[in-house]
Amino acid sequence: MGAYAARRAAIVGIGQTVFSRKDDRSELQLAAEAAHAALDDAGLKSADIDGMMTYAIDPTDEIGMIRCLGVTDLAFTTRLPGAGAAAAATIHQAMAAVISGVCEVVLVWRSINQGVNYRYGKPQTGGAWQAGSGTGSLLWCMPFGAQTPATWAALASQRYMETFGVTNRDLAPLSVVQRKYAATNPAALFYGRPITPEDHQQSKWIVEPVLRLLDCCQENAGAVAFVVTTLERARDLRQVPVRIVAAAQSIPFNVEVISNYYHEDLTQMPEAVGTSRRLYACAGLTPKDIQVAELYDAFTPQVLMQLEAFGFCGKGEGRDFVAAGHLEPDGQLPVNTHGGLIGEAYIHGMNTITEGVRQVRGTAVNQVRNVQHALVSSAMAAAILGRA
Amino acid sequence: MTSTTQQPAATRPDPIVTADAAFFWEGARRGELLAQRCADCGNLAHPPRPMCPACHSVHREEVRLSGRGEVYSWIIPRHPPALGFAQPPVVAVIQLEEGIRLVSNVVGVADGQVAIGMQVEVQFEPTVGGYAVPVFRPCAG
Repeated sequence: MGAYAARRAAIVGIGQTVFSRKDDRSELQLAAEAAHAALDDAGLKSADIDGMMTYAIDPTDEIGMIRCLGVTDLAFTTRLPGAGAAAAATIHQAMAAVISGVCEVVLVWRSINQGVNYRYGKPQTGGAWQAGSGTGSLLWCMPFGAQTPATWAALASQRYMETFGVTNRDLAPLSVVQRKYAATNPAALFYGRPITPEDHQQSKWIVEPVLRLLDCCQENAGAVAFVVTTLERARDLRQVPVRIVAAAQSIPFNVEVISNYYHEDLTQMPEAVGTSRRLYACAGLTPKDIQVAELYDAFTPQVLMQLEAFGFCGKGEGRDFVAAGHLEPDGQLPVNTHGGLIGEAYIHGMNTITEGVRQVRGTAVNQVRNVQHALVSSAMAAAILGRA
Repeated sequence: MTSTTQQPAATRPDPIVTADAAFFWEGARRGELLAQRCADCGNLAHPPRPMCPACHSVHREEVRLSGRGEVYSWIIPRHPPALGFAQPPVVAVIQLEEGIRLVSNVVGVADGQVAIGMQVEVQFEPTVGGYAVPVFRPCAG
């Protein structure tokens, strides 16, 4: 436990908007409403916020948030690179900011409104390459017809799948179990709409031979926010404090976000392997100490590779681990208990984190019994959350 | 690609050309598959970058590659259709025999025939705005 200073950090508030296919509100309004809900959940006021953090690619401006919320004086802001890979990195960096003392209360958010201004699933052939995205996909994949996140991700997964004999049919139980969780989650876009393995196999190919429609996250709108402060202060606030037991990032040499083809061994995610190693070392815990895992799932194969990277099963065993039913509500390791990005909504991994918080609080709609530690992961970063 | 028959107009999107990678696309336009090599330590790198990660030299030279390699990973984008392609392309990561990888297409293979390990060699296809990109066909024999 010696990796961090004596000051500890906790997630004290979570908030979200309604998740929908399309929303008439601006991203700033969605973000502000989610932030307001998170503050209210914590029992904090706008004036308490002195740090802000979002993704590098988030369309919401900090000044806009200050103006909406009436934040009086911000001491610290930063934006995190790597698109969805930034999700859990926000926990890591909010924790670092709070335990170092550069600020005391950090507001983290992600706001997305696909369908109005943009659609992530639409082929993209132009535009300037943006620093902070972590991907060379537009530069090096686009002219070859790989023009969407599904194609970029699938091209990295195909070698993993072929190497270990994983077919698209093997992904069906994963999609099915996540939709099962979503079906009982009133906040989920797929609330009340479970699927069968046949539905999965009959859904259209998005990227052959890797991804069908039901292997993919959704284009949708919504915002999610959370608030981090010191554990000491957390004890005086409204909710059961959710301690950030450990958080870590890893970006190994030659790794890219999503267009991840240049590192040595495409049958693993070196960024998740690195994150995992750091995380367990900082926490002094092992995979056996985790009761529930919320794993970034823009596309189903990423879940298999994270199960392996975080040591819940051996390399190449993700398929069998899922097939054995371990991800089910009564299984050894319930996973993506809100339905994941595939079943609940695609708020770019921020809703993956808040589900981990609910599981530790004991307030999740699909509550796992006796949660001591929840893992939340976006592969390039992850955190273990626990009771204070 | 020379042919006596009329070639249909190119529809493939142009690459986005950046300062550090301009040589690669200029080479492709001339029908040459290039990579950057460190002029000091000889390290080959792709995607291109302005500094050698092995020795930190900024002196780099362009080398012409053999154009031979193997399919390392592959997909066929089905939905939504790729812009600029009449038929869904086979998109592949190609492991070049010089030891570096790049994303490209496999052309001249029937549906269901592409496979990891397939030996391929380079050819070039034009883009809509007058650039060209390296693509790969199965090696003869």
